Amino acid sequence: MGKTLVEKIIGEHVAKAGGNKKEVKAGEIVLVPVDVCLTQDGTGPLAIRQLQKIGLEKAKNPDKTVLFIDHAAPSPRKELSNDHITIRKFAEKTGACLSDVAEGVCHQIIAESYLNPGDVLIGADSHTCTGGALCAFSTGMGSTDVAMGIALGKTWLRVPETFKIEVNGDFQVGVYPKDLILHLIGLIGADGATYKSLEFTGDTIKRMSMSGRLTLSNMAVEAGAKAGLIFSDNITKEFLKEHGRVKAYREIKADEDAEYERVIKIDASKLLPTISFPHTVDNTKTIDEVKEKIKIDQVFLGTCTNGRLEDLEVAAKMIKGRKKNPKVRMIVVPASKRVFLEALDKGIIKTFIEFGVAILAPGCGPCVGVHEGILGDGENCISTMNRNFKGRMGNTEAFIYLASPATATAAAITGEISDPREFLAKKKVKGKIKVKKERRKRK
Amino acid sequence: MILKGKAWKFGDDVSTDLIAPGRLFHLRSNLPELAKHVLEDADPTFAQKVQKGDFVVGGNNFGLGSSREHAPAIIKLARVSAVLAKSFARIFYRNAINVGLPALICDTDKIDQSDELEVDLEKGTVVDRTKNITLNFSPLPQVMIRILNDGGLVEYIKKHGDFKLD
Repeated sequence: MGKTLVEKIIGEHVAKAGGNKKEVKAGEIVLVPVDVCLTQDGTGPLAIRQLQKIGLEKAKNPDKTVLFIDHAAPSPRKELSNDHITIRKFAEKTGACLSDVAEGVCHQIIAESYLNPGDVLIGADSHTCTGGALCAFSTGMGSTDVAMGIALGKTWLRVPETFKIEVNGDFQVGVYPKDLILHLIGLIGADGATYKSLEFTGDTIKRMSMSGRLTLSNMAVEAGAKAGLIFSDNITKEFLKEHGRVKAYREIKADEDAEYERVIKIDASKLLPTISFPHTVDNTKTIDEVKEKIKIDQVFLGTCTNGRLEDLEVAAKMIKGRKKNPKVRMIVVPASKRVFLEALDKGIIKTFIEFGVAILAPGCGPCVGVHEGILGDGENCISTMNRNFKGRMGNTEAFIYLASPATATAAAITGEISDPREFLAKKKVKGKIKVKKERRKRK
Repeated sequence: MILKGKAWKFGDDVSTDLIAPGRLFHLRSNLPELAKHVLEDADPTFAQKVQKGDFVVGGNNFGLGSSREHAPAIIKLARVSAVLAKSFARIFYRNAINVGLPALICDTDKIDQSDELEVDLEKGTVVDRTKNITLNFSPLPQVMIRILNDGGLVEYIKKHGDFKLD
């Protein structure tokens, strides 16, 4: 019988571990050797203390154990600075890799530098599923589970059933992978795929850049999923080549006769700019369903979801020659040092600064409500991040809307939630003479 | 083992942001202090009023969101004996067992705020003494039962040295 991506990857690992078992099926509970482990500064200190409790302060695979300082980087208060010291000491003691302040967000760096197709990655962060875009089984767990993964090099897993998400067709101008994943989560709900693996396939995915694929996989957990996997192909190979690891490439695809618990088909050409309204990710509306005027106080572009060069480029293209609405703060956080440097080379950072954007050091920025960009009472923020729970950005009296970089940037120009297509369409949009005038000014 | 206490009823979708808010991130290495704020953004009075042995009772998708193990850890530190819900988000469920906090899947619609509950972990039953009804909770996988019986994952690994899956 054919295998899904997750059955193939976990099966290979179980076979590699020795013993009689050579393959796995959905529903089975198995012990799996782990290739890569990650912690971040919110979860790492607890993992380290758990290992200290049992005298197991070691890393089985130090080269592939990565301890990140990204959620509060640089640190806004001394308690967190002390947590950072704990992490650095552990890295020194065990030889594990340390990714410190200014390097960037864990999931971005794991994709850039550590993860390969066919790997098993466990991370003490729920968005560890991002790695699925590289066709690695990647899943989030708690500090203690990852601590044991670091020390013992293994974990136990229940092999998930898979939902196939088949996407065909071309996105309209102004519609992006972020809109696709928000649409999917709105469709199946925040617990629609709990315990499942999502497998993204179809022509749209085949043509999608790695940057877009990372956006899709990143948000699998917001539908409750354990993993969000995408087959590996030439696009994966190119990505690995750009990041100095082309030899790690291998093609991994699900079998034609693999069994899926559910198949969801989506026509990408019918999708519209989509927004998650407060306070849940599945509370989605398309832009044409937004009838009320929603004033925006802060625009945040960044994070593991949409902080890559492709995302910054979309925003820069939209704002060039335009003015920021004076009542809006805009914050941009490149997801990694590499992204920051690329954006600098292309003049994108200059465009942002001229527009009035606050550029922060690569990291999670305002996403977790820990520092820099906390909202005031009653304020509305439109963000490219992946979660909009009440209090997420540090204030339970504020409201978070999730969107694509294009939709978020449109709000920085107009001061309210707006249709990004009006700033991206090649032809004059009927009745929007104002937009055309602005374009003439730019020349 | 029989657990007895009062039910504290919460709704659907209680996220880990509500249980252990991000604005208190700096207390993550001071769990007893963080526990004084447990579930604060869902019920600001809960942490002060909860008694030893009480139960947290949720609806669907309890614990959704972040992987922060601090969330079930501080529920346990607040002396809650178990969390009951119609369904759990998967990372929270696994983390709860790992910290030695029983997370039990049952139909909680019939349980109301302040009902007196008795949970029998071996029999798999939840008796609501106030309503005079008995509910069953879904059995946990063997590996999770062992971890819970040993008091959590750290205790389990200390005892066995490794994962045992037979």
